[in-house]
Amino acid sequence: MITLEFVNVLMGLMMAGIAIVNVRDTTNRKRYNNAAFWGLYAVTFLAGSHLPNFVNGLLVIAMVLIVAIGKLGGAPSEQTSRADREVSAAKWGNRLFIPALTIPAVALLGTFTLKGLQVNGVPLVDPKQVTLISLGLATSVALMVGMVMLRPPASAPIIEARRLMDAVSWAAVLPQMLAALGAMFALAGVGPIVAGILSRWIPLDTRFAVVATYTIGMALFTSIMGNAFAAFPVMTAAIGLPLIVHRFGGDVVVMAAVGMLSGFCGTLVTPMAANFNIVPAALLELPDQNAVIKVQIPTALMLLTANTAIMYLFVFR
Amino acid sequence: MVFVGPSLHVTLLPLIGILIVVAGFALRFNPLVVVATAAIATGIAAGHATIDVISAFGKAFIDSRSVPVVWLALPVIGLLERTGLKERARTVISGIRVATTGRLLLAYLALRQITSALGLTSLGGHAQMVRPLIAPMAEAAAEVRWGELPERTRNRVRANAAAVDNIGVFFGEDIFIAIGSILLIRSFLDQNGIHVEPTSLAVWAIPTAVCAFVIHGTRLVLLDRSLKAEIEGGGK
Repeated sequence: MITLEFVNVLMGLMMAGIAIVNVRDTTNRKRYNNAAFWGLYAVTFLAGSHLPNFVNGLLVIAMVLIVAIGKLGGAPSEQTSRADREVSAAKWGNRLFIPALTIPAVALLGTFTLKGLQVNGVPLVDPKQVTLISLGLATSVALMVGMVMLRPPASAPIIEARRLMDAVSWAAVLPQMLAALGAMFALAGVGPIVAGILSRWIPLDTRFAVVATYTIGMALFTSIMGNAFAAFPVMTAAIGLPLIVHRFGGDVVVMAAVGMLSGFCGTLVTPMAANFNIVPAALLELPDQNAVIKVQIPTALMLLTANTAIMYLFVFR
Repeated sequence: MVFVGPSLHVTLLPLIGILIVVAGFALRFNPLVVVATAAIATGIAAGHATIDVISAFGKAFIDSRSVPVVWLALPVIGLLERTGLKERARTVISGIRVATTGRLLLAYLALRQITSALGLTSLGGHAQMVRPLIAPMAEAAAEVRWGELPERTRNRVRANAAAVDNIGVFFGEDIFIAIGSILLIRSFLDQNGIHVEPTSLAVWAIPTAVCAFVIHGTRLVLLDRSLKAEIEGGGK
């Protein structure tokens, strides 16, 4: 059976390759820092499933120390000039889109077809991880299509991956680090403590106050945790179910659906939701790491108001 | 006041992680360092031994290895960029005369919401779609009108391209019944003895989806005017 370990190996090999390209780049003064950072990251993918948790913890701490003390070097400039790329773009035309669109096409195809596939009664692909494994497969297929079509030097993909990865730099690891923080929050019982404070300190004796506390609380708590999925069970257990549904007789479906979407408004405004907000700023090489958040704030506020109105109007029908 | 005396430390101490995150982000320390520090501090504040905390932290990090899977797209995206993908995306948009930055992003917003509502969330994303295709196209649509863009305007167009991808998927995906958030809502309510149909949850995501399109769509239409004013005003 193909499991998530397949994706881990792909990630590990890519990170190891990026570390090697960095070591060999004598123009980068921080090359050993970058190489050590991506190299350690590669180890967590290739060996993480077999190492003791304590060793994995130390590996991650070492990565963080490299960033904190040694700092990482920036990305190298592009290997081809803009003029070269204009010529090449004119030569290949719209065929250049084929490998790029292969990624979503194969990912979708895989998600739909691999789920039911069995060999000797055993599922070919871990049914719980079909989407992620399909995405891993899709990127591999797209790379093969690109290599066959464009016939670049064999080292081109990993050199280019290194250029993009070093542009994103430590931000590439931030979403995963935040997921780990969320797990530590859960371990320490942070959610119930915050919900307890909220429900004690805010007067909740009218329908509107309860609805507004729930929607705004979802957005606020999501922006602290970086994830509406972490906020939903806590806020709904503290306010949604006991007050909106049980005390005031609200509809559980409207409460839950609109409550989750209120949380998403919080996701739009927080650096804690790094994969949506900080990573794209790094990926698009924006000097302000909060540039994407700043664009999203007005929409998030208006939409949170709309959600509060929707819930107030429809939950008590 | 509920929290008094020694119980204050027992009950509120695990919140130190939140404090570290808020202070660290506000003081602009490196976010990766801030978040890792907060994770370790939270575990220690909850009263666990240091070795157990590092182990739990290591396990949590290893268990989250599927989060960065999108980076696997970088080798092929980089290869295509090297061969002129962004330049080609620009040329295509320059040929469509009615395309403006705002209209292009509006079309992408609609496309992203509709495809996400059908469960096709993997048809977008910052690494696969925004950096190689949507952002260069949005920049090109502005360049056709005003020539080379000032750095500030270029960055603003790019940030808007990233924002549309987020808003489109957030307020589209919940209309699809098998998405993670719907499954989470159902399992949470099941644990509390309440059974709900996924379709009814999905239906109640529609009003918010419509509001999101109207609100952000209006802002995108206004974006063209704002960009024009910014460029013709000499960047001030």
